[in-house]
Amino acid sequence: MDGFLVIDHVSKSFGSLRAVDKVSLTVSQGEAFSLLGPSGCGKTTLLRMIAGFERLDCGRILVGGQDITALPPEQRPVNTVFQNYALFPHLNVWENIAFGLRMSRRPREEIRSGVDRMLELVRLSEHARKRPAQLSGGQRQRVAIARALVNRPQVLLLDEPLAALDLKLRQHMLMELNAIHEQVGTTFIYVTHDQGEAMSLSDRIAVMNNGKVEQVDSPVHLYETPRSSFVASFIGDANFFTGTVVEMQHEGYVRVSVEGLGSPLVLSKGTVSANQTLRLMVRPEKISLMLKRPPSGERVNAFRGIVEDIAYFGSHTRYRIIAGEHSILAQLQRSRFSGGDIDPVRGTEVWMTFHPDEGRVVMLEGEA
Amino acid sequence: MSAESGRSRQWLLTLPSLAWLGVFFVIPCILVIVTVFRPADLQGGVGSGWTLETIHAVNDPSYLPIIWRTLWLSSVTTIVCVALALPMTFQMARVGPRMRQVLLLFVVIPFLSNFLIRIFAWKSLLHPEGPVTRLLHWLHLIPEDALLLNNVGTVLLVLIYTQLPFAILPLYAAAEKFDFGLLDAARDLGAGPWRSFAKVFVPGVRRGLISAALMVFVCSLGQYVIPQMVGGASDEMLGSKIAQRVFADRNLPHASALAAGLMLAVLVPMLIVAIWHRFGRKEGSA
Repeated sequence: MDGFLVIDHVSKSFGSLRAVDKVSLTVSQGEAFSLLGPSGCGKTTLLRMIAGFERLDCGRILVGGQDITALPPEQRPVNTVFQNYALFPHLNVWENIAFGLRMSRRPREEIRSGVDRMLELVRLSEHARKRPAQLSGGQRQRVAIARALVNRPQVLLLDEPLAALDLKLRQHMLMELNAIHEQVGTTFIYVTHDQGEAMSLSDRIAVMNNGKVEQVDSPVHLYETPRSSFVASFIGDANFFTGTVVEMQHEGYVRVSVEGLGSPLVLSKGTVSANQTLRLMVRPEKISLMLKRPPSGERVNAFRGIVEDIAYFGSHTRYRIIAGEHSILAQLQRSRFSGGDIDPVRGTEVWMTFHPDEGRVVMLEGEA
Repeated sequence: MSAESGRSRQWLLTLPSLAWLGVFFVIPCILVIVTVFRPADLQGGVGSGWTLETIHAVNDPSYLPIIWRTLWLSSVTTIVCVALALPMTFQMARVGPRMRQVLLLFVVIPFLSNFLIRIFAWKSLLHPEGPVTRLLHWLHLIPEDALLLNNVGTVLLVLIYTQLPFAILPLYAAAEKFDFGLLDAARDLGAGPWRSFAKVFVPGVRRGLISAALMVFVCSLGQYVIPQMVGGASDEMLGSKIAQRVFADRNLPHASALAAGLMLAVLVPMLIVAIWHRFGRKEGSA
């Protein structure tokens, strides 16, 4: 198996709970990789196993070709940025960052230059003599990153790095983390439950659920072509419809009969067969709204509905629309509302359309 | 303004305990110091007038070995108690809440029986015909004529036994608040289990460590029952001498002089610690 960090059929149970269930992942050198999932999906357990804090029930973990499964945490070429930062309160910023180098008994001069270089990287040079208690949340976060990176780990693990920060600071640290990653080029493994964080931080994301990896892909692919309805609903919002295949066209287009919505044409990545029951997914922002019926055509999916609820978010507006038994979420940029000058209000009859390429078959029924 | 009134209310709240301290601690201490400069009267009381006679009498080289013994016994007791209490409290703070209660109970149980009775228990355990002596003889670990009682080692053993809970309780209070996630961080940064303990846990509970050491040291300094009951004739501590001056010699000024000396020996280290704490806090909040 090639790859820099290799997680090979790793399992871990706590009592009867399978926290991590035969997970295999391969991360390449210098990659920014995220483990994304809801709480309890096993992502933190997996991270703690890479760091060496949890023993594996079975499987193995390799870093740069070296099997580290049996090594204690202090001997692994891996460092961690803990969720609550875990800075040593009795040491100042400088000493916190120097801790790892001191533990590996590096020469004094190397420690000094290493720590100073890190302080510069995270822009905390003037706070070197402060105690962690005197720093702001964002500054503590940067100390934690510097303290880990100064040891030149082959893999840097970051456990919910932004969870403890407020929204504004989070946006800022997001940029900062990306900049630091670019600068040091170390392999970064993020653990997060926040899809936005994962999407903007990582080259690839592993979406985890119930101890298993549902899909590993780039943020774009996860969003555009989710393989399961779990991935589709976890990454962004999604409308789901259950239907039956009534017609198969060339190039993967299938016509699916959905009760109350007619027979929309959608794109299927997998193979489907006639009369098969399956699930469709359409992202809210892929749906356009019109006040008049759109001109009908072979490749137009149009349904009529009544606006149930409107929520204005500034950059966009969300509409909840009732069509038969379906409750459909549509999201529009203010300017994209077409087919009339007036805004729809609650109770307005509207037409929804989406392009066949934007409708996806996510999971064949019974596969769940 | 509200901070001002809050502060005055705090003063009111501490008033009863301050009054208590004043009546039962500060005034007696002053009386002890005053008595040093009074002449002794023949009935065992304190005469009138002022004298420096006692100061000259106390300045006797025969006290030096006793002071030295008192200091080293107390110091060794302190070191051993803290060294035992550190790993114990480390474990106590890590086990589950139920087990924690049980362990805490074990620490406190000795207090349920009288101090003197517990010393007597040691006496009968270590008696030449007692179970410990017999067992050690039977195992050929000590020679036939070895005496486990009435020597300075026994005094030290019983001192450690009686003082250990006073080291465990303040250390436990500190260890309970310690963030054990910091040990993960230390391991992650390359420190082995022992170095994590020494470099992160020990500094993390240093306040408790200082309280524990002070508590044990101060309590050991004043001991006189233990050397008297399990020690030999040459194992006296300063406390024994004070008791002897009060009960046998009936010379209160002399006893007061020794007591005042002991008091200084206790107050000076406490003062140093208090100043050190002050500085530590200032550094932390600057």
